[in-house]
Amino acid sequence: MSAVQVDSHVEVAAPPPPGFVRSLVGYGVIALVAVVLALTAPSGISKIQLTAGSEFFQIPQLDLPAALAVGVPAIGAAVIATVALVTQLRSRSSAPRWMAILAGTLLLLGFLAHLVAGKSGVLPLTGLLTSTLFLATPLIFGALGGVVCERVGIVNIAIEGQLLAGAFAGVVVASIAGQNPYVGLITAPIAGVGVGALLAWFSIRYRVDQVITGVVLNVLVLGLTTFFFKGLLSELEGLNDRSRLPVLPIPLLSEIPVIGPVLFRQTLLVYLLYVIVILLHIYLFRSRWGLRVRSVGEHPKAADTVGIDVNRTRWRNTLLGSGIAGLGGAFFTIGQGLAFGIDITAGSGFIALAALILGRWTPLGAVAAALFFGFANALSQSLRSYGVSLDSNIPLMIPYIVTLFAVAGFGGKVRPPAAEGTPYVK
Amino acid sequence: MKLELRGITKKFGDFVANDAIDMVVQPGEIHAILGENGAGKSTLMNVLYGLYEPDGGEVVIDDVPVQFSGPGDAMAAGIGMVHQHFMLVPVFTVAENIILGQEQTGFGGLLDLQAARRLVRETSESLGFTIDPDAKIEDLSVGAQQRVEIVKALSRQAEVLILDEPTAVLTPQETDELIEIMGRLKQAGTSIIFITHKLREVRAVADAITIIRLGKVVGDADPSATETELASLMVGRSVSLGVDRAPAQPTDVALAVTGLTVRDSKGIEVVKDVTLEVRRGEIVALAGVQGNGQTELTEAILGVGPTTRGTIELDGRDISRLGVRDRLDTGLGFVPEDRTTSGVVADLSITENLVLDLVGARPYSAYGALDMGFLRTNAEQRVEEFDVRTTSIDRAVGTLSGGNQQKVVLARELSRELSLLVASQPTRGLDVGSIEFVHKRIVAERDRGAGVLIVSTELDEVLALADRIAVMCGGRLVGVVDGGEDRDVLGLMMAGVPADEARAQAAEHHTVLGVADIDVDPAAAVEPVPHPGQDQEGTP
Amino acid sequence: MTQDEGPEKRGAAGEPVEPHDGERRADRDPADPENLQSRDDDQPAPALTTSSRMQDALRSMMSSSVLITVGAVVLALAVGSVLILAGDTDVQATLGYFFQRPGDFFGEAWRAISESYIALFQGAIYDSEATTPERRIRPLTETLTIAAPLIFAGLGIGLTFRVGLFNIGGQSQLVLGAVLGAWVGFALNLPPFVHVALVVLAAALGGAIAGAIPGVLKARFGAHEVISTIMLNNTSRYFLLWLLGTGAFISATPQVSPGLAETARLPLLLGGSFRLHLGFVLALLTAVALWWLVERSVLGFQMRAVGANPEAAGTAGMSVRKILVVSMALSGALCGLAGAMQVAGTEGKLTSSVYGTIGFDAITVALLGRSRPFGTVLAGILFGALAAGGRIMASRAGTEAELVTVLQAVIVLLIAAPPLVRSVFRLPEPGTSRRRVKEATA
Repeated sequence: MSAVQVDSHVEVAAPPPPGFVRSLVGYGVIALVAVVLALTAPSGISKIQLTAGSEFFQIPQLDLPAALAVGVPAIGAAVIATVALVTQLRSRSSAPRWMAILAGTLLLLGFLAHLVAGKSGVLPLTGLLTSTLFLATPLIFGALGGVVCERVGIVNIAIEGQLLAGAFAGVVVASIAGQNPYVGLITAPIAGVGVGALLAWFSIRYRVDQVITGVVLNVLVLGLTTFFFKGLLSELEGLNDRSRLPVLPIPLLSEIPVIGPVLFRQTLLVYLLYVIVILLHIYLFRSRWGLRVRSVGEHPKAADTVGIDVNRTRWRNTLLGSGIAGLGGAFFTIGQGLAFGIDITAGSGFIALAALILGRWTPLGAVAAALFFGFANALSQSLRSYGVSLDSNIPLMIPYIVTLFAVAGFGGKVRPPAAEGTPYVK
Repeated sequence: MKLELRGITKKFGDFVANDAIDMVVQPGEIHAILGENGAGKSTLMNVLYGLYEPDGGEVVIDDVPVQFSGPGDAMAAGIGMVHQHFMLVPVFTVAENIILGQEQTGFGGLLDLQAARRLVRETSESLGFTIDPDAKIEDLSVGAQQRVEIVKALSRQAEVLILDEPTAVLTPQETDELIEIMGRLKQAGTSIIFITHKLREVRAVADAITIIRLGKVVGDADPSATETELASLMVGRSVSLGVDRAPAQPTDVALAVTGLTVRDSKGIEVVKDVTLEVRRGEIVALAGVQGNGQTELTEAILGVGPTTRGTIELDGRDISRLGVRDRLDTGLGFVPEDRTTSGVVADLSITENLVLDLVGARPYSAYGALDMGFLRTNAEQRVEEFDVRTTSIDRAVGTLSGGNQQKVVLARELSRELSLLVASQPTRGLDVGSIEFVHKRIVAERDRGAGVLIVSTELDEVLALADRIAVMCGGRLVGVVDGGEDRDVLGLMMAGVPADEARAQAAEHHTVLGVADIDVDPAAAVEPVPHPGQDQEGTP
Repeated sequence: MTQDEGPEKRGAAGEPVEPHDGERRADRDPADPENLQSRDDDQPAPALTTSSRMQDALRSMMSSSVLITVGAVVLALAVGSVLILAGDTDVQATLGYFFQRPGDFFGEAWRAISESYIALFQGAIYDSEATTPERRIRPLTETLTIAAPLIFAGLGIGLTFRVGLFNIGGQSQLVLGAVLGAWVGFALNLPPFVHVALVVLAAALGGAIAGAIPGVLKARFGAHEVISTIMLNNTSRYFLLWLLGTGAFISATPQVSPGLAETARLPLLLGGSFRLHLGFVLALLTAVALWWLVERSVLGFQMRAVGANPEAAGTAGMSVRKILVVSMALSGALCGLAGAMQVAGTEGKLTSSVYGTIGFDAITVALLGRSRPFGTVLAGILFGALAAGGRIMASRAGTEAELVTVLQAVIVLLIAAPPLVRSVFRLPEPGTSRRRVKEATA
């Protein structure tokens, strides 16, 4: 919406280098929070458990004085952030990215130690990370599906519907096939594609507003799945039986302390996720397909003038993205060994949408955001067991509020693909 | 490659954008297509490039008729185009843009960016410039983006390169560089179709010139023709729009703009240090080629759009810090350049559009409630007074013809007691009857005692209305001259030549039309410098 | 205007626009308030902003004829029939010997479909099978009871459509409205009438706050309201859960607030045996008031102008930003009132599921009602009827109530794509002769 400019006498300053100021502020905040954490560390003991108990070798539970457990990582984070800050100011160019990652990780460790300091509960680091990935899995699938759609300019509000359709089709077909979860892995993406086909049909063929289409499709899928769940699925035997994808530990890798159990004792669905993430990241930015896809989402007319069929590209990607999201839906049922239930996805599609926005429409960004959301969720579920008396609903609000700030442009402008939501007409 | 257009016709509904256009582009030739905005040049090129399907006629390459179903076909046939609005993906690098659609891939289907970078370097070096293949388009200057477009076309083996208004967005230095590049291309045997309305450049680079007006070819010209000759061909002689008006009787200063500078959203100065005065009781016309800062100047006066520096005084009061609403209340009337986007709300009725900027105050409303009875009475009166042709005042304005829409806008703006009326392109796209009506009302407003500032790219309109003429070029005010100024002089001033120098130049060689202008015989429409053997479409 | 015409006619600056269908327009009765704003079929839509696309879509939806609506309902019922068959095990049993006795299948199919739709009607309007007159008309009162919050929220969403915005945040605004309303209802001790009036006002205020947030984020920072309202919806869900375990909102029952005082409840209209409360009347009055606001007030005029063409509205001196914020707040207030219907009307307390699916249903109500107050009332009653009927349909015909959710979604999808409905019913394509052009200029 073009707002009317009222304040007229402002001189336009030269724009700062993109992301420069933002990262300065970021490092500043990290350093500040770290110092506050270190200073406020309570007396007492922080109990941290690093290994899950089945790895090759075990690291004994760490019972550290809180001052140490909080202070060491926090001060580490503060030092690294300050170094990065100074480097950046001196060289007028961005500090290496590993500094940000390391500072952030240390800060997080300090925060966790601070959380359990003086409490009776033990912080099971491996367990926390495992449930983070567990809770993030469907979000990552959904967000990646969204990335694939939105990169060609199709707004995918229907991620929720695609997840739900996938969850439904996954368990029902697996159940019919004699509780064979692997069959469900095939049908879940097909169900997602079905929802995607409707999205594409209405938004590309009939140029219906994509947001409206997405919203209504969510309602439609919820209605359909609930209709059949209450009806056929409960009347007939063998349509909604639980089956669970088996965990397939990868030899050797799964024995690595901390990351082994987290990353390599997973189901086929999660391994597929790794593959999709890596392939998408590489192919979206390095391949002919990705180049064309992104050009269609950014400047469809330019793509058209070099002979790319804009609407065909959009159709294909919408189906592909919806398929990925549908596959993610399988997580809710066969992925965790549950039968289908009404609205089993419970708004995950919208968190996935948030993750893809927060991840700035990139696969890796979406993964990071989804992991962050998963972590907030995992933490909220286990707060009580650490002896922390924070209402579990408060961390659950965090993803949405963070995204709200992100779309409002705090911490840098979030820029969607330029042609998003616009039907292409020659 | 020899390119020929035979009888190309393109219609949009009832509107004929191209009417049986014939044209031949010889191999290795720079062929200029000259015409005003809206003459049909871009439509013609979009047909040639396969973006539009022609309603009649054919494209012939090396004496073989061809059919393009899309730009891909045109490209394959060796036609490249640099669009007026660049077809580059802003967030891509130069190399990515160049290879888009013709990607070379290596291992695992991944892009071979090394080859792409090589392609960029080699192609650009052959043209005598360098460009960083890894630079992002959005970080490049407009001139550099244009060079990327040229590289993009050439990397696809274009033998005919269409440049659509390539200099419209360039600085003089960038224009010089472009002309140099065009020279190299020509040496290498590439034909160039150069679309423009800038005379000077045409003379500098073109080997052949085709002039288009109102969708038709009106003649060919030789590059040796003078600028004034080209200008008269391009602008043509339209029906005399004589407006009966008494000499102006200027009184107090209505508008005083001092040192006004406007930057657009990218921070580029589009209006540069303009100082201008409009008195009550006079019409000042702001003449100039489209896009030389006139629009931005009027928007700055209204207070919409980009940021400004300098002062704007209305009736001696500084309004430059006020919001739009307050400026209107000070006695400013505003007829925007594009009535569909800014002048009317197409979905609202005539009644409602007639009070769009009046509705908040009595007698149109009271205590926040619209006075529907008064609005209707008002609408009936205005429709009658301004001769808006409609079956009902409840019709949506969008259903009216352009002329009637403009009358609605004018009726609304003249509903208030104005100190200053600013009207941009007040008659663009209107039929003759409406033009006459609008002109009369504008003169009447002057005679009533308001100051009037008209922006027009139509020289005829400027000459018909103006008591004084201010000419803009490149965001600067070139000069202010009297209303009766010689057409040739104005043409030269629009190209940036100061008034005195323009008069001297114009005195030396008058064009046929310039002479006709002096002889005051508008009926004697002469068809100048016809090229033998070329179809002559009559001028209206 | 059909979907595929929309984008083509943008930016037709200076092109002659023929008075093509003026006669048809002029035929409409201008005295009919509904017609006053439904003239917006075939405008060259000015497209300068991102939201004008949405406006195009919305506009086309508003203008598609009654015929399309009827066609969409018929098609939706057809889709529903297929679902009924798919969900009916008896029907499926007949398929097993379809080729021996096809008549059985068709008989069973007819039975299943007619049973379901008759039950739907009985549950929604008039229960011919009920024993007492009271019970016979109960379905209609249930329909109106369910319709009340749908109408309020639908009016709110529809209002933003008129201003070119898309408020998906009905849920968050409803929640905050319900929270404030409930708190006033159970925590304060006030005389009758005053108390309930204050509950309603508090709910409106709560909704307005929740609506103003995305409004300000959009006007000030350019945050797209679709995203920000979705985020607020989800925030509100956990906010509500948190709140119900906190302070004054804790009651003997977990996840339920203390009950509202009797003085804070909306009075029942037909006595204790019916749930129908004053809220429905308030909804009707609000619709009238909203019609006045949008069509007859200066503010409404500005909203419509901003919605149809923000550029021109700005040029005419209106503050586009201010209008955006005010519209979102007003829309939120209406959704907040839907929350009041829940806590002070049917439920009498604040629960963690107070919002139900009202937030999203309201979007479909507003779309079906073409964003017009009276259309929204009708659409709200229709969807209320579907919801009420769905319950009876489930108990009597064994067809799950969610069938109506599907019907609802299909109706709205089809209404959004008139060419699809037209091609199914072979209706004539309107306005093929009216196609206008853009880039005719060189």
